[in-house]
Amino acid sequence: MAIEHADVLRAAHLARLGIDNTDAERYVGDLSRILDMVDALSGIDTDGVKPLAHPLDATQPLRADEAIEPNRRDTYQESAPAVADGYYLVPRVVE
Amino acid sequence: MQWETVIGLEVHVQLATQSKIFSGASTAYGAEPNTQACAVDLGMPGVLPVVNENAVAMAVRFGLAIGAEIPEVSIFERKNYFYPDLPKGYQTSQMAQPIVGPGTIDITLDDGTVNAVRIHHAHLEEDAGKSMHESFHGMTGIDLNRAGTPLLEIVSEPDMRSAREASAYVRALHAIVTYMGISDGNMAEGSMRCDVNVSVRPKGQEAFGTRAEIKNVNSFRFIEQAIECEVERQIDLIEDGGKVVQETRLFDPDLNETRSMRTKEEANDYRYFPCPDLLPMMLDDAYIEHQRSLLPELPSEKRQRFETALGLSAYDASVLASSRAMADYFEQAMQSCGDAKLAANWVQGDLSARLNKAGLDISESPVSATQLGELLARIKDDTINGKAAKQVFADLWDCKGETADQIIEARGLKQVTDTAAIEAIVDQVITDNPVQVTQYREAEPDKRGKMIGFFVGQAMKASRGTANPQQVNALIKSKLDALL
Amino acid sequence: MHDLTLADIAKGLARGDYSSRELTQHYLSRIESLDRRLNSFITVTGEHALAAADAADAARQSGQAGILAGVPLAYKDIFCTEGVRTSCGSRMLDSFKAPYDATVVEKLKLAGTVSLGKTNMDEFAMGSSNETSFYGPVRNPWNTDLVPGGSSGGSAAAVAAGLTPAALGTDTGGSIRQPAAFCGITGLKPTYGRVSRYGMVAYASSLDQGGPMARTAEDCALLLNAMAGHDPRDSTSVARAVPDYTQSLAEPLKGLKIGLPREYFGEGLDGGVETAVRDAIKVYEALGAQVIDVSLPHTRLAIPTYYVIAPAEASSNLSRYDGVRFGHRCDAPTDLMDLYKRSRVEGFGEEVKRRILIGTHTLSEGFFDAYYKKAQQVRRLIRQDFLDAFDKVDVLMGPAAPTPAFELGNQADPVQMYLQDIYTIAINLAGIPGISVPAGFAGDRPVGLQILAPHFSEAHLLNVAHAFQMQTDWHTRRPALTADE
Repeated sequence: MAIEHADVLRAAHLARLGIDNTDAERYVGDLSRILDMVDALSGIDTDGVKPLAHPLDATQPLRADEAIEPNRRDTYQESAPAVADGYYLVPRVVE
Repeated sequence: MQWETVIGLEVHVQLATQSKIFSGASTAYGAEPNTQACAVDLGMPGVLPVVNENAVAMAVRFGLAIGAEIPEVSIFERKNYFYPDLPKGYQTSQMAQPIVGPGTIDITLDDGTVNAVRIHHAHLEEDAGKSMHESFHGMTGIDLNRAGTPLLEIVSEPDMRSAREASAYVRALHAIVTYMGISDGNMAEGSMRCDVNVSVRPKGQEAFGTRAEIKNVNSFRFIEQAIECEVERQIDLIEDGGKVVQETRLFDPDLNETRSMRTKEEANDYRYFPCPDLLPMMLDDAYIEHQRSLLPELPSEKRQRFETALGLSAYDASVLASSRAMADYFEQAMQSCGDAKLAANWVQGDLSARLNKAGLDISESPVSATQLGELLARIKDDTINGKAAKQVFADLWDCKGETADQIIEARGLKQVTDTAAIEAIVDQVITDNPVQVTQYREAEPDKRGKMIGFFVGQAMKASRGTANPQQVNALIKSKLDALL
Repeated sequence: MHDLTLADIAKGLARGDYSSRELTQHYLSRIESLDRRLNSFITVTGEHALAAADAADAARQSGQAGILAGVPLAYKDIFCTEGVRTSCGSRMLDSFKAPYDATVVEKLKLAGTVSLGKTNMDEFAMGSSNETSFYGPVRNPWNTDLVPGGSSGGSAAAVAAGLTPAALGTDTGGSIRQPAAFCGITGLKPTYGRVSRYGMVAYASSLDQGGPMARTAEDCALLLNAMAGHDPRDSTSVARAVPDYTQSLAEPLKGLKIGLPREYFGEGLDGGVETAVRDAIKVYEALGAQVIDVSLPHTRLAIPTYYVIAPAEASSNLSRYDGVRFGHRCDAPTDLMDLYKRSRVEGFGEEVKRRILIGTHTLSEGFFDAYYKKAQQVRRLIRQDFLDAFDKVDVLMGPAAPTPAFELGNQADPVQMYLQDIYTIAINLAGIPGISVPAGFAGDRPVGLQILAPHFSEAHLLNVAHAFQMQTDWHTRRPALTADE
């Protein structure tokens, strides 16, 4: 399956990557070659094969319901680009 | 044209766990911003989720309560989209294999008929944080305390046909989750949030119309209002030759209208895929049966028992079973007085009236169920009459006494049942009111019955309300009739 | 001193031949003088290291030192280290100080080890040559015109150059084994779930696994002892007893059945690499092992499968870098969309963006079944290949990489670069453990022998690797290094 310019722009938007038209052109080439390689899968008969999401056939462990995490806001916010009064700041969100 | 409304709901119920669904941070409401957002909730690099057993248990019990199938395997998936209150850039949710399969919830309509609403499924997911738009100089502040709070999203089939049915459904759901204690059901704090899918179609048409989704309607009243005005909008639109578009709308209770949410975006593409950080959840029969054994008596079962075992009317039973708090109160009061009907009347009558007037929930009642029950016991054993009981109740409400007995004692409200004492009062009333006695004697026989009321009133007044009214009534009648 | 193995160092510390402070100072000064050219470290934490060394020395004085107490090591800069920059080789996290320690870091601290610092790596572990790092490429100590391999290239180069006795790496498609091979050291990728991933910045969650990189299999065993085990913070870590991996190192190999997957000796394999690997296998035959021809029929599908699954998981894992709570934020964003798009396009390098785009595309509506679901189905077939092979043999052997280290700047085509991982990538898809041990040279470039074993048989794997190192001296070879020009 080929990837087109519009697909790249669409993926870039979904992934919130600010890629312009010129960049997109370059990615069309790279991504096409990757997808060409991936196309080797399309001819494989996988009828009745269960998808494998995890390499081990393990099941989810469950955690006891205990509130044990201390308040570490100051530490966590040391790496934050913009905070005020304990809030993380972003450009105004219109709802 | 005759139109039919079709409604389906997606209700997000916050589960009443101590900690978040994937982390050990507290879920308590109202903390300082971001003080309950731990590294996992913040989506810090390198962190991983681990599932909260209690959230799973609550979801399973909910499923059992609505007669749903609990699949052996359920899977967490990632729903990918960017939003500032969604720290990881994806919400961990369930899609293809949810924890609760199809079930049903019974709703009671205004005319007392019971309808079954089919539940498509219910799934576990994490809540997002909150955005604050004020006081940041044109910026938005993000508080992630709520991020990661466990939600059970309950998705109904489009089985409701009116706003009343929809709100009855939400009430029934509210009753179930609060009965079970799996949610505090506090709609004002967002513990229960409803997305309402509404469409209309010509009556008799099989195919559904195009639906609009009204997001985040958060009170029983608004649900009805929002549906009513959305239905009107859709009908007007179609009758004017327009078409309903599938979109998300918001309800504005001030303007009583729904409006389209401004979306500069093209349709979302959430790119769901199984969360690689979480493994399939396998719930075996032993686990499910254990959860079943923990189920409390549910609203429908309670209603049934109130009718059959306690002999209450269908109406009384459904009102009293409508909430866990109401039912618990009633049952406690009944236990203290030993009379189901008396307790039912008082809880629905005097108590509910006072609570309504004061704007209080039954859980906040100043008169406890035990206090009321002890008061009712005194009515039942003839210690006081109904009138005095109202006075005692008023005093209990105003905290003028600890127990009914104290108030009865202090106010001397003990009913006089001593025949001699009552006879003395009655004789005095007859002596003091010769004019009325004459009128009675001269009245047509069928009018006399009514006239007795005057003498009874006088006698009760003379006893300061403590005389047994039945005794007074009987005595006056026999004495007056003797004078004929 | 820097030629010693970790096991030797531990013994020397126990005997009191030197203190941990002396050792630590020695390695810090080697880093100081040799790493300007190699660029194997992103952050050197000298003060922390000396403080930890003093604490270890004090513990030893009071008789409370474990076997690893005072032993210096280094972490790939993908492991979160509290209060220390954890960059993942990315501009995105250039200013990010992790607020907590990864579980393995915590465990190794508890064991008394001394962290010298954080090693260079391909950005977010995406690469096979260490050229995608925001901090510049790492050079191979054997020949500084060559790449060290990737993505754990900094760890491999630092160990090979004697800048640290051991380092931790992570392996998603060969990122421990291929650089270990390129740099002539020993690198173990444990079974998926054997070592906690908590605090290891995620690239592809269902494939990532941390492991030790050191001079010898014995050193890897010592480190794995301290690293392995169930972590209640990692749902995918396995609750299974951790044996003492050093106990079984010397077991005899007589009767060992070695499978040689014929797909691992085919077209594209460098002649010098093949010769070295076949010679290594003869060493095993001399020890009484039996060599059996086997097939892993889906081998050619491993790279296509990986390049669907890994980018898909990565595209989602890397969404958290949005310029809001940590990491790079663009200057003066005009609105939220601008904040996201510029922060991310500026913060991520080319290869990362490429993989995010591929992953986003293959997961999107209309493509999911053809790509993602299909890849997961083929993943099962690939795992089955290994399960079937292990019905017939105890271990599999082959080259760790099709070529020895190549020249820096030589691989412009991403797909050609991806083919580097042809022999390593299927192992991650199957979740089994694998180790690369030094097995000679192709010309002047080191060659790694890869040994694979069934799930959770690290003890056996290390035993087999150790036996080879008892018979050969490849693991003792050192590159000739000169201080900075």
